[in-house]
Amino acid sequence: MLTLSWALPLVGAIVLLFVGNADARRNGLIRWLALAFSLATFAVTLALWAGFNSASAEFQFVERVAWIPAFGIDYYLGIDGISLLLVVLTGFLTPIALLSSWESIEKKVKEFSIFILVLEAAMIGVFVSLDLFLFYVFWDAMLIPMYFLIGIWGYDQRIYAAIKFMLYTMAGSVLMLVAILGLAYLHSEATGSYSFDLLKLYTLDIAPETQRWFFLAFAVAFAIKVPLFPFHTWLPDAHVQAPTAGSIILAGVLLKMGTYGLVRFAFPLFPMAATEFAPWIALLAVIGIVYGALVAMVQPDMKKLVAYSSVSHLGFVVLGICAMNVQGVQGAVYQMLAHGISTGGLFLIVGMLSDRRHTRLISEFGGLKNVMPRLTAAFLIITLASIGMPALNGFIGEFLTMLGAFLWDPRFVVAAGLGVILSAVYMLWMFQRVYLGSVTNEENETLQDLKPREWASVIPLCALAIVMGVFPTIFLKPMEPAVQRLVAQVQSVQPLRVQNEMQKAKFKMQTISDSSQQRIGVKP
Amino acid sequence: MFNTQLDAIVPMLCVTLAALASMGAEALRRPGERTPIGALGIIGLIFGGAAAVLLWDRNAVGFGVIAADNFGLFVTVVLTIVGVLTIMFSSQVLERDGLPVGEYYALILFSIVGMIMMATATDLLVIFIALEILSLSVYVLTAIRRDHMPGTEAAFKYFLLGAFSSAFFLYGIAFTYGVTGSTRLAAVGSFLSAQSMSNNPMILLALGLLLVGFAFKISAVPFHMWTPDAYEGAPAIVTGFMSTGVKAAAFAAFARVFLSAFEPFKGEWAPVVALIAVATMVLGTVVGVAQSNLKRMLAYSSIAHGGYLLVGLVAANQVGKAAILFYLLAYSVTNLAAFGVIALLGSRDKPNDSLRDYAGLWHTRPALAALMTVCLLSLGGLPPTAGFIGKWYIFSAAVSAGYYSLAVIGMLTSVISVFFYLRVVVMMYMAEREGEAVQVRITGVGMAALAVSIAAIFYLGVLPTKILDLAASSISTIF
Repeated sequence: MLTLSWALPLVGAIVLLFVGNADARRNGLIRWLALAFSLATFAVTLALWAGFNSASAEFQFVERVAWIPAFGIDYYLGIDGISLLLVVLTGFLTPIALLSSWESIEKKVKEFSIFILVLEAAMIGVFVSLDLFLFYVFWDAMLIPMYFLIGIWGYDQRIYAAIKFMLYTMAGSVLMLVAILGLAYLHSEATGSYSFDLLKLYTLDIAPETQRWFFLAFAVAFAIKVPLFPFHTWLPDAHVQAPTAGSIILAGVLLKMGTYGLVRFAFPLFPMAATEFAPWIALLAVIGIVYGALVAMVQPDMKKLVAYSSVSHLGFVVLGICAMNVQGVQGAVYQMLAHGISTGGLFLIVGMLSDRRHTRLISEFGGLKNVMPRLTAAFLIITLASIGMPALNGFIGEFLTMLGAFLWDPRFVVAAGLGVILSAVYMLWMFQRVYLGSVTNEENETLQDLKPREWASVIPLCALAIVMGVFPTIFLKPMEPAVQRLVAQVQSVQPLRVQNEMQKAKFKMQTISDSSQQRIGVKP
Repeated sequence: MFNTQLDAIVPMLCVTLAALASMGAEALRRPGERTPIGALGIIGLIFGGAAAVLLWDRNAVGFGVIAADNFGLFVTVVLTIVGVLTIMFSSQVLERDGLPVGEYYALILFSIVGMIMMATATDLLVIFIALEILSLSVYVLTAIRRDHMPGTEAAFKYFLLGAFSSAFFLYGIAFTYGVTGSTRLAAVGSFLSAQSMSNNPMILLALGLLLVGFAFKISAVPFHMWTPDAYEGAPAIVTGFMSTGVKAAAFAAFARVFLSAFEPFKGEWAPVVALIAVATMVLGTVVGVAQSNLKRMLAYSSIAHGGYLLVGLVAANQVGKAAILFYLLAYSVTNLAAFGVIALLGSRDKPNDSLRDYAGLWHTRPALAALMTVCLLSLGGLPPTAGFIGKWYIFSAAVSAGYYSLAVIGMLTSVISVFFYLRVVVMMYMAEREGEAVQVRITGVGMAALAVSIAAIFYLGVLPTKILDLAASSISTIF
């Protein structure tokens, strides 16, 4: 089943490879085929969810075949609640990305669709791998299609952005590879055989000094991907230059791989080092929250604004992870999903505007609500979701991460709260300048409102933003056992801290979670 | 066979016969007549490879100086693969550039004989003879286009520096003989391990001279000076052949000499080789970034790859030795295919080997661009290709031997190398063509060779188990 989930898009890509497309005559067929394969993949991911046992913290749908036995490398797949949701998110966003480029991608449609499908395969592969070697293969393989997507179909500075993206990410990930090799070696020291099995490596007893180095190697790789301040400089370039579909996938899924990596690998593999470094990482996250928001505020380009807002929002995710308590991590995962939906939506709509006007400068627009009311309404919903308006998805994630962080160290929350306010400022200010008032630029008077195809891509995003805001338990429930297991695993090395937390949490959790559930309208 | 002594040299005999046959065929050829001499060579190589496979696990020894152990046979098979691919790529190039067919194939085959001999020899003097056989053939091949000035210049440089390195090597053998009284590796090894010689300056001198000789052949820094010029001047396919075959043979002998005979002195040579490895990796990649000629760029890249192989040699544990073998195979197939693409795209008047010539290749020849991309990604060590498994294997050897810093430097340089491989990809996919597009006709044989290489790259990258096991088992027989 899991093999199917990542192999299906790959099969789609191979099928497309053999569709002859001389003179671009079969572009239509290719678009529909690609969409069909991505929808089928989405159906598979939903089927995974349907068959998933939400009460269990174990990895499910496990598949295991020996791959390179001499090194203990297995083809080993499995998902828990955390990866399940990210797999579903990937399955959900890929068709939307394909829809978004239905008309805007004119040249080389076949290759474009192939790259998107290969990318989807690699992304799902990253989330379902439980073997570190296999994970690394998917992790690196994913760079190749993304590189081509940015480099071929991007905007003016695309080549620079593509190479920067690739080199930044690779520089981080090769260090991680050394750490992975080191882990396998330590395993062979301890037990006599190499192993890249994540669950076996979890139980490995690693000396504190080694832990520190390995943790840093992993953490830098993931921090670049997230991107955590000050490793974020590739992101605005990549985002701004990427075609709309690329931005949606980049923001929606690729960035989540960094935070997913922290949750799945860096923290539980090296719990001692992780607790040691957590305050520093959280500090960087908070700097990122505020810095990203401040920089976003002054951007004249809508896409760049959204890109910097990602830096800010992902800071919350990292903050939640660093807190390493149930609320924080749940909030972090929830925020990953929410950010995928809302930022994906923002890029989608900005892309629509840019397709129509071939510019993304805020100053070129104004008063769009008069000519395109439907698009404006959709944008408003997504904007509010993005700034964490209650009853929309962003609120739950931000609230839970800040709650988690508060239980851990309230000082971070003060700064993070500033970021929440700032995000409202820059997003609403952009909304006001682009959509409100009267039409200032003549060229905007004839703009067309949402087309049926665009409806098809916008509605699922808006609907999900609302559903996730109103019924968070649908999404919180499957991940809860996994999160609890993770937190217990990381904190088991620090009994003192756990006791402290438990006491603090005992009387705080009851009151706060009660009130939070009332506020977001969920029956306890 | 008639004589068990002959068993071990059957692979070499097959290739030698093919070489002689192609010389004869050339002599008997009427002017203007086209004879399939290349096919003769391929048949000889396939027989040689098959003989090597049949000799597997039999540890045949011929005349006391040639050991057809699994290590040598693995390299022999790699070399026959290199030979077959080279001949397949060459068929089109020869016709186009009007090169002398018979001589060309005979030289290729003779140099492969030398390489196989080098990989299986267990006597320092035989290694030297093998080195000369392969070097002389390759010098001539470099200058095979008589009307081509850069080729002649390259061959001359290559010859001069190569002669120096041979002299160094011979001196090393002489000193070794002077100290130990033998040139047989086994005798040298047992002599050295029996006596405590670590402060004997003579043996250290011998070690150093041998190291210099090998370092020249594998173009390790600081003995790499000839490489970029020779690689740029030679015809592209000859460059591909040199950068894979010569390197594979030299590494096999290097590993054999240093890991068996001079194993007791590992404490002395390992730090030096580690230093050379670092210098080679760093210089190869950093200078490679600045190149605008594709052949020259790949020359520096092959220097860097030599550095990765040296890392495996320094690690010198079971993993490292097997990693060298696997990496040689993965690198040979990939690099040869990359040079094959360059060779196929060239034309008689214009080599079409500068980066700009590749602009927009995707639009005119999408299949070729895609194949080239796969080769480059494999050279850069990205999954799921052979190059990734090779690098991973080498660096896991380094990590398990405790050389974390070597692994980290190697990894970082490989990221830098990805930058210049990507420059080619950028050209092919993202740049617009200025001026007219490269017009070439590509024969079926050339495309077949490419298809085989690409299939091998993916096979080694996705299902490497079988070859990894073979590599691992083949080193256990000798070291």
